[in-house]
Amino acid sequence: MEKRIIYADHAATTAVSEPVLQAMLPYFQTNYGNPSSIYAKGRENERAIIDARARVAACLGADPKEIFFTAGGSESDNWAIKGIADKLAAKGKKHIITSVFEHHAVLHTCEFLEKHGFEVTYLPVSPEGLIDPAQVADAIREDTALVTIMYANNEIGTIQPIAEIGKVCKEHGVLFHTDAVQAVGNVEIDVKAQNIDLLSLSGHKFHAPKGIGALYIRKGVALSNLVHGGGQESGKRAGTENVPGIIGLAKAIELATADIPAKTAKLTPLRDKLIDGILQIEGTRLNGSRTQRLPGNVNISVVGIEGESLLLMLDHFGVMASSGSACTSGSLDPSHVLLSLGLSHEVAHGSLRLSFGEEFTEEDADYILSVLPGIVERLRSMSPMWETIRNEGIHFNADKTKLIKEGE
Amino acid sequence: MNYSEKVMDHFINPRNVGEIENADGVGEVGNAKCGDIMKMYLKIEDETITDCKFKTFGCGAAVATSSMATEMIKGKSIDDALKLTNSAVMEALDGLPPVKVHCSVLAEQAVKAALTDYYQKQGIDPEPIVGKVPEMEEE
Repeated sequence: MEKRIIYADHAATTAVSEPVLQAMLPYFQTNYGNPSSIYAKGRENERAIIDARARVAACLGADPKEIFFTAGGSESDNWAIKGIADKLAAKGKKHIITSVFEHHAVLHTCEFLEKHGFEVTYLPVSPEGLIDPAQVADAIREDTALVTIMYANNEIGTIQPIAEIGKVCKEHGVLFHTDAVQAVGNVEIDVKAQNIDLLSLSGHKFHAPKGIGALYIRKGVALSNLVHGGGQESGKRAGTENVPGIIGLAKAIELATADIPAKTAKLTPLRDKLIDGILQIEGTRLNGSRTQRLPGNVNISVVGIEGESLLLMLDHFGVMASSGSACTSGSLDPSHVLLSLGLSHEVAHGSLRLSFGEEFTEEDADYILSVLPGIVERLRSMSPMWETIRNEGIHFNADKTKLIKEGE
Repeated sequence: MNYSEKVMDHFINPRNVGEIENADGVGEVGNAKCGDIMKMYLKIEDETITDCKFKTFGCGAAVATSSMATEMIKGKSIDDALKLTNSAVMEALDGLPPVKVHCSVLAEQAVKAALTDYYQKQGIDPEPIVGKVPEMEEE
């Protein structure tokens, strides 16, 4: 098969799309005014932001006054969690509930708060990478300030029962934040119907530029500021507005959420074809639920080889992908997400994540399936670990999370 | 990860991959838990390494450093092979990203582990000659 160049790392970032770029361009050199300025050049931009805010809100089922622009997903997560924690600590609420496999923007923020007197409950996830709303209900205490559970996982693509978790939180009178960075544009979001109090999103995951995001804050939810300074964003988030970014975000979220059923219908069969095809390779396992999964996410562990070498070989064949191996992160531990599913280090080291969007085709899937077995064979042929697996009759345990010896 | 062209070359086209049957010395270092295992095979005649092959489970740098190490000791005397340092391997590859330096250490240790095995097979205490090679960690 002829070599193809395939960008299969949409969970990392996406390209700015042509309509988004065109929408933004006037705001760099023509409409460059500061929205806080009094003259026309400023007022026009203030109006542009008001319009953009309304459009972003409409895509989430929110009111425009509930949308606050930020520099991205990490800032939104930090603001939501620290802002609520700071506000509710005064009322004696110093407990936060989250899960073990959140993005580091959430986990490290929670760890920071632990150092400042907060208590955090890290809910375990099921072997399929899902959280049961009953776990949340059981963990809620008198002093719980916030529940923060991600909408869709960035590595294994599992989609959490957000509406059910939202309902549990509402019933218990606890605020609910969700990091929806991977979910926006992939699943239908309605913050009111799903009882979401705070929601983080990031533009560059759906064809807006990097450095622009938003936090939805339900009307009536009070939280402290994270970025102090001028009175922008109704006095809640200081800093001159990233006008081109805001315009781009509004255009991108409209396009991303315009027809989610059609996108799902197109990508799901391609995802399943890839999963089925890759699982044909001996010594592989699918990470995360088969069904409660983003339509453009595949995450598979391949035993006997290491993730980074797999990525380098795939790149050599034109396929850009990602892995949860230690070597790609610069630490000795493989991904906390894969470990949270119960995977041993050996199984987690050889993981491959393919994440794709609407431009992904059947031919792309066929190409990946045509090159991958050869790459795996080649890397295994030089792997002493694979040699040991073969010679000593080592195989997966029943749930494919660990490697065990014959008879164990 | 910013790898040099030489690292990428030794990763995509690794030299001396494989095993040597009836090797005179075999050494294995690293462990699967940390994500790196290197296995080095040596054929030794008259104190000279006449052949050298390797198998590696690990990242791009792990494969490239093993490949480079085999190239650097093949045809050399045992004495020269014992002088191989991780920094020499790194230099020969035009450097490694800081987080990958341990891969070059592993390559140096793999050579030493194979020579340790060689001396043990000869009934000679390897420690005064090779020094101490860290044992493979068992889980």
